[in-house]
Amino acid sequence: MASSHDYDDGSLESRYGRPPSAGHGGASTDLGYDPNFVPDSVKTFVVHLYRHIREKNVYEIHQMYEGSFQRLSDRMFRDNPWPSVEAIAPYVDNDHVFCLLYREMWFRHVYARLTPTGRQRVESWDNYCSLFGVVLHGVVNMQLPNQWLWDMVDEFVYQFQSYCQYRAKLKNKTEEELQLLQQYDQAWNVYGVLNYLQALVEKSAITEILEREKEGLEQFTATDGYDYEGGTSNVLKMLGYYSMIGLLRVHCLLGDYHTGLKCLAPIDISQQGVYNVVIGSHISTIYHYGFANLMLRRYAEAIREFNKILLYILKYKQYHQKSPQYDQILKKNEQMYALLAICLSLCPQINLVEENVNSQLRDKYNEKMTKMLRYDDEAYAVYDELFTYACPKFITPSAPVLEEPLTNYNQDAYRLQLKLFLYEVKQQQLLSGVRSFLKLYSNISIGKLAAYMEVDEPTLRTILMTYKHKMHAVDGDGKIIPNADLDFYISEDIIHVVESKPIKRYSDYFLRQVLKFEEMISELDRIKLD
Amino acid sequence: MGRDQQQQQAAYTVEQLVAVNPYNPDILTDLENYVNEQVSSQTYSLDANLCLLRLYQFEPGRISIPIVVRILIKALMAMPAPDFSLCLFLIPEQVQMEEQIKTLIVLSHYLETARFRQFWEEAAKNRSTLEVVPGFEQAIQAYAIHVLSLTYQKVPRPVIAEAINIEGLSLDKFLEYHVANSGWVLEKGHSCSQLMVLPRNEFNHPELKKNTVDGMPFEHVTRIFPILS
Repeated sequence: MASSHDYDDGSLESRYGRPPSAGHGGASTDLGYDPNFVPDSVKTFVVHLYRHIREKNVYEIHQMYEGSFQRLSDRMFRDNPWPSVEAIAPYVDNDHVFCLLYREMWFRHVYARLTPTGRQRVESWDNYCSLFGVVLHGVVNMQLPNQWLWDMVDEFVYQFQSYCQYRAKLKNKTEEELQLLQQYDQAWNVYGVLNYLQALVEKSAITEILEREKEGLEQFTATDGYDYEGGTSNVLKMLGYYSMIGLLRVHCLLGDYHTGLKCLAPIDISQQGVYNVVIGSHISTIYHYGFANLMLRRYAEAIREFNKILLYILKYKQYHQKSPQYDQILKKNEQMYALLAICLSLCPQINLVEENVNSQLRDKYNEKMTKMLRYDDEAYAVYDELFTYACPKFITPSAPVLEEPLTNYNQDAYRLQLKLFLYEVKQQQLLSGVRSFLKLYSNISIGKLAAYMEVDEPTLRTILMTYKHKMHAVDGDGKIIPNADLDFYISEDIIHVVESKPIKRYSDYFLRQVLKFEEMISELDRIKLD
Repeated sequence: MGRDQQQQQAAYTVEQLVAVNPYNPDILTDLENYVNEQVSSQTYSLDANLCLLRLYQFEPGRISIPIVVRILIKALMAMPAPDFSLCLFLIPEQVQMEEQIKTLIVLSHYLETARFRQFWEEAAKNRSTLEVVPGFEQAIQAYAIHVLSLTYQKVPRPVIAEAINIEGLSLDKFLEYHVANSGWVLEKGHSCSQLMVLPRNEFNHPELKKNTVDGMPFEHVTRIFPILS
């Protein structure tokens, strides 16, 4: 059942889609590069970045962070890490906080383009502890671009996930690596990760800020979290905000979807908000929100949100082609189409999907979706395949047992979630048969339908009740929300079918045409005939 | 009286702990005690139980099978909410192989697929596991009634009997109670059997569901005001 699909993250898969050029483990600190050599361009880079941060020039910081850093990495640091922090410290007055920020970028670069060693993973953890410690103490007084702050939280969770995968693969570890795991057993421990995220949320008082904003007492979303006038620091606030999304993500990795959604609750995703300013945070939020709803059987809600984000990506992805996150955006896009295909197969509500998204979906998954509706062995294979492709990289959070026999257990968490998901799919097995029959009738007796479906009456009654139960999800407040487009009720022996047909939206259509013709007329007016 | 107050205080503190400091192995014992409290006082807290199951995930050496069994039974009683699946997502596979938990998974399966007859048969065979949690039967009966009200406008008596596992005089009493308190109505069906007419709600009367009117927000209409003038 656990297929051999591309699940294994390993430390070899680069997050930005680039394969590591260095060999496994230990490339970066070996010969071939001198960590203390600081090229002039790097010198200029850090000096300017330091100055912009001191002057709180957010625009310039953003240009350097997104632009110069990537360009320099591409040009000079394809296969090597950046110069060590000790080497550049003299150029920035040995500023403690700047060094922490630099180191964070340093490690992120190693993870993206090289393979981090066990020691580097541990050192990165230490760096995050120091960095977050400083922020939580309230002594950071700078304004940083949201992109950077989002990347910090995103990378923090990513490195945690990567470390859990790393330490769950014990079979081929060297003696030295095992020693390291034992010695630094506190590195990336799950309590630490969760508590840091929680602390950022609490210390920043972000939930109160969002509440006050609803009552009009605070400006937050309107200024994207920045403080243009007062110039107070946005770092703690924004880290707190993004940590809510970070918590959602960690809880999904653990399989705790309910709590994950609770962590996200203060952010109202039905509105525009700071979460969709940075495209990475927008996608991560909706991806995890949709996935959690899928596992909670709230299919209609998942479909709605996936539809919105996929439409957004369709429209705007061209603007992000140059950005370093482009590969990630594309990958998540594909994964969400797969999840959408799954949701629609379990809950055919095609009217919730916009037509452009729908045509993309059909291009990619038409055959697979037909197969999934059949509910035979082939169908389960397709569900398996799509789920494996699109699911988060689940983790085993507990510390490894470093005794013989050493095994690789990094896939255990994923296998459990897959198994439970397929179990749910199996329970819905007979429902598509019922649905296709009910579409044909407005009234039918139980006896007749039972004969058509070749089951006895009591079995049919249970199938019908299962349909009703599965198609009515329970939302967070305990309310029952119907999921299906096809509904029915039974009066003694007769099934009465009620299908909600999508209403033709004439008014919308007329509006659009009026505007279009008006545009055409003004175009024509402008043409002067000589 | 004093004990009740103490219990209330303890429950309050545990809920607070879960809200404020959930990622903390020190509260594990408190959460376990809280599960036992939920069982004895017939209350329920999904958040606290999920918190405990998470901590078991973090510290697999401290897992207590009897506590997990109790949490799962409580989750079953919360149906139609998907609490049982939510708990299973957090329980490692080896633990799910335990006899009692396997039984509960089978029971959950029967309930999820509305196979009430098989459910009550299996439940009878496992009385010892289930009777640790008082109120189990009533909770499942409430769920059964819920599914029936989703599905039926008029339901034959034998169907109800099978769903809630009550027959004869007890069933008569049960039906009388609901006629008096929940708006049920007794009717005569085709084959002279009794029929219960369940109260109208939007699920067994789908026409009652508000259909999306072909309306539109005012802001959209304002878009063509320049053209109209």
